[in-house]
Amino acid sequence: MGAQLLQYLFSGVTTGSIYAIVGIGFTIIYNSTGIINFAQGEFLMLGGMISVSLAHVLPLAAAVAAAVVITGLIGVLLQLVFISWLRSPSVLRMIIITIGLSILIREAALHVWNEKVRALPFWTGDETSSLAVLGARISPQVLWVLGVCGLMVAALSLFFRSTLTGRAMRACASNANAARLCGIRTSLLVTLSFFIAAAMGALAGCVISPLTQTQYDMGTSLAIKGFTCAVLGGLGNVTAAVAAGLLIGVLESASISILPLAYKDVVSLAIMLAILFFRPEGLFGGRPASLLGTRRA
Amino acid sequence: MSLLRRYLPVILLAAVVVIVQILLSATKLDYFLTQLTMSAYYTLVTLGLCLLMGYAGQVSLGHAGFFAIGAYTTAVLSTAGAGLLRFAPWLSIPTAVVLTALVALVIGMPVLRLRGHYLAMATLAFGFIVSRVILGTSLFGQADGISDIPAIRLFAGLVISGKRTLRVQNYYIAWTLVTIGLFLAINLVGSRVGRALRAINGNEEAAAAMGVNVSRYKLAVFVTSAVYASVGGAFLAHYNGGIGPSEAGVMKSVRYVALVAAGGMGSPWGTVAVSALLTFLSLRGAFGLFDDAVFGALLVAIMLFAPNGLFGLLPGLRRGGPRRAGRPR
Repeated sequence: MGAQLLQYLFSGVTTGSIYAIVGIGFTIIYNSTGIINFAQGEFLMLGGMISVSLAHVLPLAAAVAAAVVITGLIGVLLQLVFISWLRSPSVLRMIIITIGLSILIREAALHVWNEKVRALPFWTGDETSSLAVLGARISPQVLWVLGVCGLMVAALSLFFRSTLTGRAMRACASNANAARLCGIRTSLLVTLSFFIAAAMGALAGCVISPLTQTQYDMGTSLAIKGFTCAVLGGLGNVTAAVAAGLLIGVLESASISILPLAYKDVVSLAIMLAILFFRPEGLFGGRPASLLGTRRA
Repeated sequence: MSLLRRYLPVILLAAVVVIVQILLSATKLDYFLTQLTMSAYYTLVTLGLCLLMGYAGQVSLGHAGFFAIGAYTTAVLSTAGAGLLRFAPWLSIPTAVVLTALVALVIGMPVLRLRGHYLAMATLAFGFIVSRVILGTSLFGQADGISDIPAIRLFAGLVISGKRTLRVQNYYIAWTLVTIGLFLAINLVGSRVGRALRAINGNEEAAAAMGVNVSRYKLAVFVTSAVYASVGGAFLAHYNGGIGPSEAGVMKSVRYVALVAAGGMGSPWGTVAVSALLTFLSLRGAFGLFDDAVFGALLVAIMLFAPNGLFGLLPGLRRGGPRRAGRPR
């Protein structure tokens, strides 16, 4: 029983950390632009798809690196072409534009690749290799997922705290006009935030691909769940988004033991609706120190 | 505003409906009527959504969910519910509509307190939940959907059925519903309620300060738009004789939003025109493999370049006053 529980816990934490990365992507773009980018889930799909294709000709590490950079550039392209030149667009308009973009990316992926499920090879070992951890058996890829996601979060925190660019981005997030008056080029930082969000998403998409596979239409459910994490974390607090991601992942994986598998998504989405209804400021919203500065929710 | 001018869109619609039928029958192209009938039922959805988005300014990315609840309820009642409604099969559509209205009421109460991104995401999640429940429940036929939904006999010998011989009749039933829907929508928009909704769209706090009961009006229009969607869904289920899970998909919801946006966001007649035409083309397979991509591109292009809708691009048709979609957030 204990081992069983641990098994659920591991699988929950694995998917949960991916949700957290999506949620952080939302947060980064939201803080720099005030836009919720509904195409956030598509970045994971693109990362996975591009790396799978490149892995045929390149070594795995190079394929993943290239996929991350390419997806990051796609994010930059989206921002420059569709978003940068709009002057104070209404929220409704931005929602519709990013929704439309997510459909376009998905359909493009359907035509570039196809509707088949793909997967990267396992980063170490193969699908049969497993490690024993406290009586539960986990794939080494789980460790890759946890390690990569943990590193990303750590690097991001460091970036926002200790680098000039990162601090400028935080300044931008808390007050764009004041930041501009201090000589910060806000437009450049907005573009950078799209690059970071897209590249992070792509890396998450690559590292999870061996476990959950990659399909052209995986973006929507990831986006909704990632948004749930971002909201739970109060849209701005990276650490809280991570905690929220892990929580959702574990609840989702626990739901499989009592409900049919098909209802897995229903559970996490119902949690999100409940959160929105009862605590729209987020679970940890009352916490004073939010990593990215003030929230604008 | 004179009565004639007010109801001109309704009269025009009725005239176009009759003319199209006569032309198609005369030119032996009456097989087009099948897709036109189907597109009428989808147009009902967009018409309802137009009230919600264009007038109350509330986005919904879950209207395919209401369409599906309407369609699946009547489908289950008239197939699986052996003996349940056999005594009065026509009751299954009203039951479906009432059920959808109740669901919309229950969902709407908490959801409509949210704004902007939160509202969009919550409605998206609602639609997603409906589609996942349908895919995971054997009562709803899971991935296969429900087939062999019987025809429904209405009054005066009218039958909702996809039979070839009943094609013209069903075309008129469907478009009569749209015409009634347009008539009601125009009435609503021109009334006290419509003014209240526009006030909410402009600025919720200001509307509330002027004595508009914001939450009640928002809820009312949300339920109304869900009812439009469920009527469309329920009739289409009987007309097609089947319903599949793709009707509940997120892509369908997005498509409805795209059609309302292309119709001019706050223009019932624009929505009907754009939606009837594009849905018809889509059903005829005019966009081929790029069907969903066309609607995605439409959405992005309209919002970037023509936030007043396709008709807003024609200078003569643009109404005076401030731009509708460029309102402050």
